[in-house]
Amino acid sequence: MSMPISGVTSTVGQPGPDPGAGPAAGQARAGTQGLARIGRAVRRNRKAAVGAVLLGIFILVAIFPGVIAKDSPSLDNYKPRLGVSTAHLLGTTAYGQDMWAQLVWGTRNVLIIALVVGLAATAIAVLIGVAAAYLGGAADGSLSVLTDVLLVIPLFPLLIVIAGYAHGGGTLVLILVITLTGWSYTARQLRAQALSLRRRDFLEAARVRGERQIYIIVMEVIPTMTSLIVASFLTNALYAVLFASSLQFIGLGDPNTQSWGTMLYWAQNNAALQTGQPLWAIAPGACIATLGAAFALLNYAFDEIGNPALRPVRRTRVKRAG
Amino acid sequence: MRFALRRLGFFVLTLWAALTLNFFLPRLMPGNPAEAMLGKFRGPVSPEALKALEVAFGVNTKEGLAGQYVHYLGNVATGNFGTSLYFYPKSVGRVILDALPWTIGLVGLTTILAFALGTGIGILAAWRRGGRLDSIMPPVFVITSAIPYFWVGMVLVLIFGITLHWLPTQGGFNVATDTPGLTPAYIGDVLSHAVLPAAALLITTIGTWILTMRNTMITTLAEDYVRMARAKGLPGRRIMVDYAARNAILPNLTGFAMSLGFVVSGAILIEYVFNYPGVGFMLLQAVQGEDFPLMQALFLLITLAVLVAILLADIATALLDPRTRAAG
Repeated sequence: MSMPISGVTSTVGQPGPDPGAGPAAGQARAGTQGLARIGRAVRRNRKAAVGAVLLGIFILVAIFPGVIAKDSPSLDNYKPRLGVSTAHLLGTTAYGQDMWAQLVWGTRNVLIIALVVGLAATAIAVLIGVAAAYLGGAADGSLSVLTDVLLVIPLFPLLIVIAGYAHGGGTLVLILVITLTGWSYTARQLRAQALSLRRRDFLEAARVRGERQIYIIVMEVIPTMTSLIVASFLTNALYAVLFASSLQFIGLGDPNTQSWGTMLYWAQNNAALQTGQPLWAIAPGACIATLGAAFALLNYAFDEIGNPALRPVRRTRVKRAG
Repeated sequence: MRFALRRLGFFVLTLWAALTLNFFLPRLMPGNPAEAMLGKFRGPVSPEALKALEVAFGVNTKEGLAGQYVHYLGNVATGNFGTSLYFYPKSVGRVILDALPWTIGLVGLTTILAFALGTGIGILAAWRRGGRLDSIMPPVFVITSAIPYFWVGMVLVLIFGITLHWLPTQGGFNVATDTPGLTPAYIGDVLSHAVLPAAALLITTIGTWILTMRNTMITTLAEDYVRMARAKGLPGRRIMVDYAARNAILPNLTGFAMSLGFVVSGAILIEYVFNYPGVGFMLLQAVQGEDFPLMQALFLLITLAVLVAILLADIATALLDPRTRAAG
């Protein structure tokens, strides 16, 4: 349905030496082909390719942990504090659990949190950001203030306080709390881009055609923002990985879940570094860092290949125009 | 003027939001957690202190919600945060005052250092676009930005504390051998205890400054006035510093305030790893010891610190960039 509009878009909206206009207009034309375009771009950009491969490996491990880790992660009838061997690739914990099994099975929990929070927080961000930009006026004012207030309240201390009251809730509590507090940063970016789209001719054309507002937002505005929405997902997923692992590490998750953060918690509780078991703490931390890096690399690559409208300079320009 | 008033209004609004969150969170949680906490401390805590806390958390009190809220706001305005339960009989204010200098010293100095170093490196990277510095740094710092703060701390502890025995890894100073005072020995001890946590904080935060500065600087270097300066044949240094960097530093200044929240968050975990006696470590002790009065006050303090920093950055931006004032 974006075909009849494409002719309009490509001939207008080129106000002089605007660095953002060219590619952004091309993107508008792409419309529903956005995802295919992203796929192609990922293959061409080396940072994105590395990030995608890493993420793919983690997803495979999370789906089929039993294939590479034969032991059960909660089984604790091995000799405690064993060193690295072929039977125990990373040795055993002070409780006699196989560390490799814990590490492998722990992947699932982190990835679930990353995916669910990433999707949910991005959905909220799209809803609020696009609605604010498109509706304008008082609605924009109040939604923007809400976003900004949440943006400057220090999130991690807030998460600690909530988790403290909730008495170390399980994974569901973590997901809920991180989602509800974490969407504001990306909502702000999405609003800025939606604002820059508001005056584009293809939206004017849709209005003249007499389309309903909801149709315009869902079918016209959101598809043109695909690459920024994907970038938002990656940002939110990255924060979810870091926040959730940090909360689990300080003992505010459920200490019985199998996850990297919980592994770190038990390692810290047993002074693993000081008692000659550094792998207990170093291995899960390295996994968190690698998964985080996968999301960050993909995200950075999107900054490069995706949308120049993300550049800070362009953003201030948009603000003054609106 | 309008700009200043608007920013001030936002400051007050956010502060109010944080206060209100603080007040309603324990009341919204299933089975008011404060009730359980107060039950646990009934024995050792004096009845007067307990009564004051019951009023503060809305347990066993006849006052309505609105009355409690007004009461709470009044308490905060007069700096009365009640008694700490974990550090009983110290008052919450006392506990915080003891912890504050440690965090201000550690986080404050490290942040200024990270900002100065990061901005400088960012300027150079953008100026020598495509050079070695510029091609290595961005990917490296994209990766470091994804590393959990506390893990960097743990790795440093392992390498420099446990394996090499170069530096102390726990606490703010050696409790066994040192008495606090303005002696060279004590100051040296405090500094050596701060090196590893500061390094961990620096490693994890510097990337943001470098990347933001580099990216803005690249955009600024493409501006016409920079081309003009080149055409005039001005020395490269002058163009880099006076023409490009001066204009490109604004987003970094705003970013400085924005990411302060993240710095504070990271500092909490780093203080935890190093048992550093600052505000973040206190917050975690308060959470683990179910010391809700202390926890509330610390959350408020951290929020206030971030808000003040943002306000200061706003003022600085307005002073440096006339366009912000005009746009209002």
